[in-house]
Amino acid sequence: MGKYSPVGALKNVKMVDFSKISKEMPKILPLKQDHETAVFPGEVYNTPGGGILLSKLDNVINWARSNSLWPLVFGTSCCAIEMMSTASAKYDWSRFGFEVARATPRQADVIIIAGTIVNKMAPVLKRLYDQMGDPKYVIAMGACATSGGPFFYNTYSVVKGADHIIPVDVYIAGCPPRPEALLHAMITLQEKIRKGLTREQIRMPKPE
Amino acid sequence: MYRETEIIKEPSGNDPVDSGDMIINIGPQHPATHGVLHLVITLNGETIKKVEPHLGYIHRSIEKMCESLSYRQFIYITSRMDYLSSHINNHGCALCVEKALQLEVPPRAQVVRVLMDELTRIASHTLWWGAMAMDVGALTPFFLAFREREMINDIMEETCGARLTMNYTVPGGVMVDLHHEFQRKVKDFIAHFKSKIDEYDELVTDNVIFKNRTVNVGVISKEDAISYGVTGPSARASGVSCDIRKLYPYAVYDKLQFEEIIETAGDSFARYVVRMKEMRQSLSIVEQLIDNIPEGDFQAKTKAVLKLPKGEFYTRVETARGEFGVYIVSEGGTTPYRIKFRSPGFSNLSALDHIARGSKIGDLVAIMGTLDFVIPDIDR
Amino acid sequence: MNNEQIKIAIADLLPSAIIEESSEWLTIHIEPVDWLPLAEKLRNTAELYFDYLFCLTCVDWKSHLTMVYHLTSTFHRHTLVVKSKLDRDDARIETVTMIWRTAEFHEREVYELFGVNFLHHPDLRLLILPDGWEGKYPLRKDFEDPVNIIKL
Repeated sequence: MGKYSPVGALKNVKMVDFSKISKEMPKILPLKQDHETAVFPGEVYNTPGGGILLSKLDNVINWARSNSLWPLVFGTSCCAIEMMSTASAKYDWSRFGFEVARATPRQADVIIIAGTIVNKMAPVLKRLYDQMGDPKYVIAMGACATSGGPFFYNTYSVVKGADHIIPVDVYIAGCPPRPEALLHAMITLQEKIRKGLTREQIRMPKPE
Repeated sequence: MYRETEIIKEPSGNDPVDSGDMIINIGPQHPATHGVLHLVITLNGETIKKVEPHLGYIHRSIEKMCESLSYRQFIYITSRMDYLSSHINNHGCALCVEKALQLEVPPRAQVVRVLMDELTRIASHTLWWGAMAMDVGALTPFFLAFREREMINDIMEETCGARLTMNYTVPGGVMVDLHHEFQRKVKDFIAHFKSKIDEYDELVTDNVIFKNRTVNVGVISKEDAISYGVTGPSARASGVSCDIRKLYPYAVYDKLQFEEIIETAGDSFARYVVRMKEMRQSLSIVEQLIDNIPEGDFQAKTKAVLKLPKGEFYTRVETARGEFGVYIVSEGGTTPYRIKFRSPGFSNLSALDHIARGSKIGDLVAIMGTLDFVIPDIDR
Repeated sequence: MNNEQIKIAIADLLPSAIIEESSEWLTIHIEPVDWLPLAEKLRNTAELYFDYLFCLTCVDWKSHLTMVYHLTSTFHRHTLVVKSKLDRDDARIETVTMIWRTAEFHEREVYELFGVNFLHHPDLRLLILPDGWEGKYPLRKDFEDPVNIIKL
């Protein structure tokens, strides 16, 4: 499953070897599940008088986090209009859990950088990112936030890519990207969180 | 950049409620500023004493960049300046290049450009309506506005290839011809939108809460509007007759029948009413044109690499926000020597301090909503 | 008023102005010191009444700078372009903020991008560029910035 350390407080728990337990108990097969994404993680065992759900706490926490990411209202230029379109009735993003778009970074989980970042705005973006509480995720929407976009050559004031300022999890291409592309990126971020591959969850061991 | 609240005028002992002056920041990241605008407001209690806009948070050095782009390439960067009237901006730039080259645009291309212009204007005003109502407090119009905008975006996508930043205009005409479903779809849209505008009026225009928030709020007089260089619907609400489509007609506007909407009150409600009526006028222009698109070429023959003659050229068009001017200084090469974009938002913003003094902080949101800023247009 | 009448009126007001008609509008070239009195007269004379300044910009010809003002009258509907040559190293010209209020922001922008000093401007400081860009004038032709600019 990859080397990633358990979340926070579970560092000192002794890991139980699951294969030993299942040899002693009667063979009960887990129920078949259809798709990987968005179902509650774990295996359900039907026992008389109810059922047992066995899961890793990691997976449960990741599942809960991925299904209710609240974005921060942050749109600098044209991509903000496509972000507003995604929030509206035709391509609704609250179907996926992005229900409330918060105006304050203290209550937001994900920042969608929609638009160009210029040198004057860069400290503002860094400050907003610092004010967000952990765990936080970043989506870079559009060509400007990915790499500077159409303003890459011969400009003296554009930051060539938002990842010069803050670490980015998902990049979206397009100028501006369609609302479906933004939804695809949000779903990708959700899958990334469930698999435990975002920057938050991969903690490299400290060098000695 | 982020100053804590400072008290710059000490409270005087006489008045028990006087608490001195306070400086607060609105923005740059704020849901009501329609972009990244940083306002430093000096307040006394709830009354505004001074508004100072700090710009530059989306300054992408477009004018410097255009000095290294060819005459075909720089048109598309203006789509990203005022992205809600992106087609009208492109049209203005193409007109400037055509004026310099003395190029004749075929009538079919002219009519298609005007059709796209007016559809873009309707889309821009619809979004303005939704966003302004959301700022003032009503959340439903936002979703209704986007429903109509999606219909226009679908038409644009099938014709031009993009929903928001349509790169459809080239010097000499339009890039591709209309597809065969265009007329039917636009007619469907016209029929649908006519009933929706009446619905908008019912919801917001006659609403007593909305009227209380916008009538007599943010008044600008006619002389001040001209002196500050305010153009577009914001100036027409103060009695200034400045519609470029009527004064200096371009494309086929001189053959069309539409009215210039002028109100005299100068307050936020007048600016609102002007834009609502302009939506109806744009709809009638689309109706007049959709059945009379002439046959013919959609693009004039031009060389692949354009070289403008030496000199300077200025063209102006009427965007959804006001007068957009393109000033090209050319030295005879393939790239412009200096381009200046006279953007409507820049001048409209310089009047904000004058308008907002003396009103309450809650009125500032209504004023900014009706002045209709798009911040990348201001910062360029 | 058509161009001929404006030419006569300008020649009366300022005999040293050079008038040319090569572009679509009437253009006059003046000295920077003559600008403020001429501007007041252009605004206040009833026959001319240029009350709307719609474009204020600067062009960098490599040996000198040129200020360009586009004026029009909302009453008479005639247009005039005023140009003034400035010295590159010591560019200074009077402000016209008191006459046309729109010039306040436009002149601040020209100040920060080209380095033209507007005398008696009420609030001359950076508008669009971030703090720390005071001495650098990005839109001048000799502006080099190896850190930020990636040349194509």
